[in-house]
Amino acid sequence: MKYSGLVGELLDKANAELGDVIEIRNGDEVYVGILMPHHDFSNEAIITLKLPSGYNMGIRVDGDSKLKVESKREAKERKKQSLPRDPAKKDIAVISTGGTIASYVDYRTGAVHPAISAEELVFSVPELMDLANVRAKVLYSILSENMKVSHWQGLARAVADELNSGAVGVIIPHGTDTMGFTSAALAFMLRNLTGPVICVGAQRSSDRPSSDAITNLLAATRLCIDGDLGEVVVLMHGESSDTYTLAHRGTKVRKMHSSRRDAFRSINSEPIARVEGAQIDFLSEHARRSEGPVVLKDKIDGRASMLHFYPGFEADHFDLIADHVKGVVVAGTGLGHVSEEILGSVSRAVEKGVHVYVTTQCLYGAVNLNVYSTGRDMVSAGAVPLGDMLPETAYVKLMWAMGQTDDREEVRRLMLTNIAGEFTTRRFV
Amino acid sequence: MDYRSLGLKVGIEIHQQLSTGKLFCDCQCDFSDEHHKEIIRRLRPTQSELGEIDRAALEESERKMHFRYQTVPYSCLVEADEEPPHDANKRAIEASLEMSALMSMKAVDEVHFMRKIVIDGSNTGGFQRTALVSTGGAIQVGDKRIGISTLCLEEDAARKIVEQGSEVTYRLDRLGIPLIEIATDPDMATPEEVKYVAERIGALLRATKKVRRGIGTIREDLNISVSGGARVEIKGAQELRLLPVYVEEEAKRQLELLDIKRVLRERGAKSLTLDIKDISPLFRDTKCKVLKGALDNKGRILAIRLPKFAGILGPSEGGVKRLGPELAAHARVAGVKGLFHSDELPGYGVSMTEVEDTQSALGTAPEDAFVMVADAVEKAMAALSRVVDRANAAIGGVPEETRDPLPDGFSVYSRPLPGKDRMYPETDVKPILVNEALLESIRLNLPELPEEKVARYVKDFGISKEQADSLVKSGYEDEFELLASGFGNSQVVARIYLNIFPELEKLGQKPSSLSLDVMKEVLTGLKEGAFAKEAIPDILASVLQNGHSVERAAETLGVEKVDIDSVRAVCDRVVKEKEKFIRERGEESLGPIMGLVMKELRGKVDGKVISEVLRERIKLLLT
Repeated sequence: MKYSGLVGELLDKANAELGDVIEIRNGDEVYVGILMPHHDFSNEAIITLKLPSGYNMGIRVDGDSKLKVESKREAKERKKQSLPRDPAKKDIAVISTGGTIASYVDYRTGAVHPAISAEELVFSVPELMDLANVRAKVLYSILSENMKVSHWQGLARAVADELNSGAVGVIIPHGTDTMGFTSAALAFMLRNLTGPVICVGAQRSSDRPSSDAITNLLAATRLCIDGDLGEVVVLMHGESSDTYTLAHRGTKVRKMHSSRRDAFRSINSEPIARVEGAQIDFLSEHARRSEGPVVLKDKIDGRASMLHFYPGFEADHFDLIADHVKGVVVAGTGLGHVSEEILGSVSRAVEKGVHVYVTTQCLYGAVNLNVYSTGRDMVSAGAVPLGDMLPETAYVKLMWAMGQTDDREEVRRLMLTNIAGEFTTRRFV
Repeated sequence: MDYRSLGLKVGIEIHQQLSTGKLFCDCQCDFSDEHHKEIIRRLRPTQSELGEIDRAALEESERKMHFRYQTVPYSCLVEADEEPPHDANKRAIEASLEMSALMSMKAVDEVHFMRKIVIDGSNTGGFQRTALVSTGGAIQVGDKRIGISTLCLEEDAARKIVEQGSEVTYRLDRLGIPLIEIATDPDMATPEEVKYVAERIGALLRATKKVRRGIGTIREDLNISVSGGARVEIKGAQELRLLPVYVEEEAKRQLELLDIKRVLRERGAKSLTLDIKDISPLFRDTKCKVLKGALDNKGRILAIRLPKFAGILGPSEGGVKRLGPELAAHARVAGVKGLFHSDELPGYGVSMTEVEDTQSALGTAPEDAFVMVADAVEKAMAALSRVVDRANAAIGGVPEETRDPLPDGFSVYSRPLPGKDRMYPETDVKPILVNEALLESIRLNLPELPEEKVARYVKDFGISKEQADSLVKSGYEDEFELLASGFGNSQVVARIYLNIFPELEKLGQKPSSLSLDVMKEVLTGLKEGAFAKEAIPDILASVLQNGHSVERAAETLGVEKVDIDSVRAVCDRVVKEKEKFIRERGEESLGPIMGLVMKELRGKVDGKVISEVLRERIKLLLT
């Protein structure tokens, strides 16, 4: 948020920019310091200055305040360094979508700058150079909650290009909020993978010394160069300590805690691998690297909705949404149930040609629409159960399946086929 | 010592823990001995904007940055750096603003928390959250005005439990406890002034009733310099009574160092180069245990000549430590256990012959000194390199540095003064607007000032002003007020805290650990006549030593009250035994006779009662 109102005017009149040293006079009181950005929750009549001691303070400014610029900010020369390429090392690709896996802090202004180019990334994580040659680019620079279907498609294309031009693996720094959706989308869009496609993130931003970003990034790099894996995975901490990371199948992973480092969990399945330092241990069945080339099936029809059922859910609402989409994934209660009232809506939707698929909002466990009458009625109404698939994964898969074909039966066949490990048929005690 | 003519300048930084609940989460401000889980973390140094990555430095710092964090059963995700901080604790903010008002400081218009990078692992996020709350105040101590430059509110760090090689273990119970940090201007000119200022600020802090009490809950850093000397920081002093001692000893130390500078200049001492000699062969048959031990362990004895440094390493004639301990402290940073210097040899098993051989080997002249270190070669060389640096600094006078306080009032070199702190905004925490409404409510609810309390105690409890002053200084004023209000008998209660407690401390006990409930039991017992007030010291000592109840202590000690007839019987007996003595001394015999009777009846009867009976009996005898 920028400075506004009276404060904004004063700053404009004095031609003061962030980073300039300015002087503020309030009556007898004089303050000199570096002009800092306005915090979103700071009061609108407050200017924030960084004092020589390093502390910031908020100073009230009103009509009688006098403000002038003492000196303009120093222009920063960022040295351009070139990356060495070692023919003895393998190539990995880092395609950034916006999660800051590495950043610099300017203590003078308090600004946090993400490492954008390959050079910046490698020079802030020099250990990467010991392991591999890095081709890095920034594809998008967005918060992951703002990601859309078109972003997934662009990303899938970029990944396929990198793998098909010699990268042994691709690392995708990504915001953690929707990383599970992206990994599922990539898993459906990319066939015949010649190496791992690894989504990594950081639960603690990379400007902090305690950030989990570097551990995750280096573990992903190890997996790229040493792991015989041809799948899309999410790789994050396996526990709160900075010890080991886990690679989770992209279609079976979900963010299960708002802030912990080990927030990502494999649901209804085991993680694929555990990476600790240079040690990679595969924990469950997984696809190996293929000979190539990677095949791209990136058509997606975004007209789908995910509906989380709850007591009091009105049939009218379901009908309204069903009018606007081609497919609905229901996250039902328990074994996949909805109320009697909604059964009518399901029928109406199916009759109009809208796909209705069923998952459980319990996340753990599988749906089973045979056990109770509600379930059986749902099947009769045309709803299709999806085993133990996660609601989020089912939503993504439905959009992908609808993009592959218009044929209703073909969509159903695709939905019920285990394409990228999104179904498991056995759940252990 | 005439401190003013020396140009002694002292500033204090006081860090006081608050009891308001943690600064950025809802946990209690308590310590625990129960270790629950352990989290292992690595901290990575953040790269500043223009910094080129020095691989060696990165590796070195990475090596040192492995930390174990012990949780306690009630540790939360915020402390473990697994959850963003909550909004800043309101009561902690209020306490800061109260202190600002009490010290006539100007609060900022909006409080902004910063992240101050801390690389030693004592904060799980790799930084300490700290905010400037107010500036530019003053307090009056006696007739002197002491400037208070800043008041900050910050979180305390995790507690270091153990350090093994490059791995440090911390406990999370202390992490996040709010600290009020008060920094004075360097306005104090004598050690006594330092004590008064620390006492005054401590009393004001306690007046808010929002501070934690007990050892370690308040820590002082002293910044001391004399004219021509340098600013030296003694960091982490905990005992109020030692503060003037630290100041005095540091002033003396700096004066000695300035004298050494003069001597070195007169002798024409020049900057030393690192010219290390291996003198191990000279000590093949040494009787010195330390040196022999090092050689047996495959170490070497390395030595270096310090030209013109003779006679300034050992203590001065007045017994003030000089350059030797400084060189030794710097050497220890390199990992060796210590060093030997020529001023203290021969000695420690090193013979005169060995000393002379060493002098020959080093080519020392009469005005020269030498230093030797015995350890693994790399460590010994690193140690001597540091010795040379420190010796060179001595030619310039007093180096700026941070020192650790020792329990005997001295201090020892710890590390260089810290560089400029790296701070950037803590954007996860909302800034706190300090508007007129908030300041007004603070002003209207200011705590009772210590002097107001003193006046009130004198008026309401009938104790003397000296007693009231001492109670407020002692930190037990709240307990006194509670007990005196509840049980009356304010003199007895005052005596307990002002006289009995210090006596118990002198005997090595910890009366501060006695709970309020114990004190209530004591006063109840006294009221009911279970024992006399003279029994209280023994009862409290017994409770402290044995951990049993007051009742049990009274039983064990056998201080049940004795009835008046028994008192009379004892008095009669003693008076009869000492009849001759009494007739000789007349009424003045009361004192000594009293002593004899008290020996038998101490604690069982009120001294006043015995005194009356004896006086009566003695009078009877004499008439």
